[in-house]
Amino acid sequence: MNERQIFIREKAARLLSEGRVDRVLGYRKGSVPLRDAPFVARTPEEAGELVWSSFCLGNVAKALIGLPGKSAVVAQGCVSRNLAVLLAENRVLRENLVIIGVPCLGMADPAKVLAELGGREPASLVETAETLTVSGPGFTKDLKRQFMLRDNCHTCRHRNPVIHDFLAAETGPETGLGDIEKTSGLWEKFTPAERFEQLQATYKDCVRCYACRDACPLCSCPTCFVDQSDPQWVGKTQDFSEIAAYHLLRAFHCAGRCTDCGACESACPQTLKVRRLTSKLERDVRALFGREAGMDPSVPPPLATWKTDDPEGFMK
Amino acid sequence: MSQRILDHAGLSALFKALAQGRKAFVPATVQGKATWIPATDLAQADLSLANTAFSPKNFFFPQSECLMRFGADPAQAHEPMQPAPGLDQDLMLFGLRPCDAKALALLDRIFGQDPAMLDPYWADKRERTLLVGQSCPAPCPVCFCTGVGGHPFGTEGLDLLFTDLGESFLVEVISERGERAMKDLPMDAAKAAAGDEPGKKDLARREELKNQAEAALALDPANAPDLSALDKAEVLDLYESPLWERLAETCLNCGACTFCCPTCHCFDIQDETKVDEGRRVRNWDSCMSALFTKHGTGHNPRGRKLDRVRQRFMHKFKYIPIKNQEIGCVGCGRCVRLCPVNIDVRQVAAQMNGQAASASGGQRP
Repeated sequence: MNERQIFIREKAARLLSEGRVDRVLGYRKGSVPLRDAPFVARTPEEAGELVWSSFCLGNVAKALIGLPGKSAVVAQGCVSRNLAVLLAENRVLRENLVIIGVPCLGMADPAKVLAELGGREPASLVETAETLTVSGPGFTKDLKRQFMLRDNCHTCRHRNPVIHDFLAAETGPETGLGDIEKTSGLWEKFTPAERFEQLQATYKDCVRCYACRDACPLCSCPTCFVDQSDPQWVGKTQDFSEIAAYHLLRAFHCAGRCTDCGACESACPQTLKVRRLTSKLERDVRALFGREAGMDPSVPPPLATWKTDDPEGFMK
Repeated sequence: MSQRILDHAGLSALFKALAQGRKAFVPATVQGKATWIPATDLAQADLSLANTAFSPKNFFFPQSECLMRFGADPAQAHEPMQPAPGLDQDLMLFGLRPCDAKALALLDRIFGQDPAMLDPYWADKRERTLLVGQSCPAPCPVCFCTGVGGHPFGTEGLDLLFTDLGESFLVEVISERGERAMKDLPMDAAKAAAGDEPGKKDLARREELKNQAEAALALDPANAPDLSALDKAEVLDLYESPLWERLAETCLNCGACTFCCPTCHCFDIQDETKVDEGRRVRNWDSCMSALFTKHGTGHNPRGRKLDRVRQRFMHKFKYIPIKNQEIGCVGCGRCVRLCPVNIDVRQVAAQMNGQAASASGGQRP
């Protein structure tokens, strides 16, 4: 069992048995090999079910929003930054929060694993630091973990938790091996017509199940704009204009708050590259405001604040 | 029921013959995703795919379907509403899995539950679509059809069923529509697709594959949840179970499960207008969405996440059985595969059954 998981279980059990928290938000082993399940441990016994693997694909900061009492959260780099965003936005109070930080090694992308299996469905998976071994009826395959990482984990810039009360392992390298500028800068190379083509190509298969929104810890509005019915803001059909309205507006709502955690992409049942818009805005905020979301819980998000000497060149 | 043995060329010929006068669709992988594509040749199909990522219900119940158009043009004042045209051509789905066919049969009973009010949009497409099934000798690890009354070699809802015996295919005629389709084959094509009577060896091979499939499904006990107590359980015993609270803790209330599901069929009808014309569109909706049950008054009878996640499972495993005497899940495994938080319908059904079993001894106050 990996050292991170041992630490998480022990720490969670202690926090619960000492009554310091009401619950611990983490993951337990999933019923399928390529996805572990977000889990709320309430007793020291349940803490023994917590896991840490390459398939903790959601963002448990989401489950924290609106919970009463005190909660502990198992948080890698991106999730800790989302907690910082929630703290900065006064969604959560620090005294009600205990952070079990986990220096992250990146999560795997089930779609990349499945692509290696040629349409076969895996029945089990065993992982080591280097290798994912998947097997199913009549096959076993070793895959290099590094090549199976999610795109956002490959280009991650902050793998270690930025805030934490405990740390499950020694901190490791901050970055994945990839370069976020290469992927997030994609749109800038295109003409407006090409951009629209790319937008269509990326999102045309969206079924608007809203799994991306519902997995996202930034999406905490009591009523989302797509659910406004009096009056209705967005149409319900599968016309591309409605699909585009949803994705474009959601992306702008995330500007300056998105940590590129990848929960949206991991949640998508259509395996769309949902991050294409949000990672571009993340890049813009870095370039224009010199800020990365969630690096400091005491600083409000860049688009939620203003200064009298802000440049106003766009106002003519 | 007639049966024929065809070799690979024979099955391709049968496909071509059936595709004459029909727009045919087959399962294939497009950009890494298993889906249905239009095809004129069976070579375009990948029949080895476990199943398509989403169910084929959209052929009969499209995610957005225009039901009619309307306008305020004075010239058409006598007929301001125009029904949307139906299919312009008959369809064929070739290579459908038995679970998905069973789901269509279940939806036939739901969309047609009142003979006087048969849903014409559903019925038209069903009537005009030939369903050629493919049995599942190698069910995938998240399939559990046998746990919910289905079978990897099941025929319900199908017109024809073929089974890959290795060297050859066994083609079975299931329905009257299937029989008609086989009789109506163009003469030359019928010859190429005639095949032979199956021999004892072929039928024995079919039996062997069928047993193999059953054994594969039985490997994982999760695939056969005990649902024996659900039938007699009181609705309120299940409704008030503490299990929903635990599920609601992690359920995102997204629509991934309901949209990929072959039996989920709830919809929302919207009128869209632009200046002096408009259209009425039926769109998939989801019980996971708060808006789904929101009343005009603002009141929402399923206002909490818990109410909504409960609805999906109660509908499948209690309400549909009460009304239709059958479980509303066909065990295709799609939601198990696609749920972002790994809520596993097999486990939920088993927990519901456990609740039913423990409640059945006691008296309700």
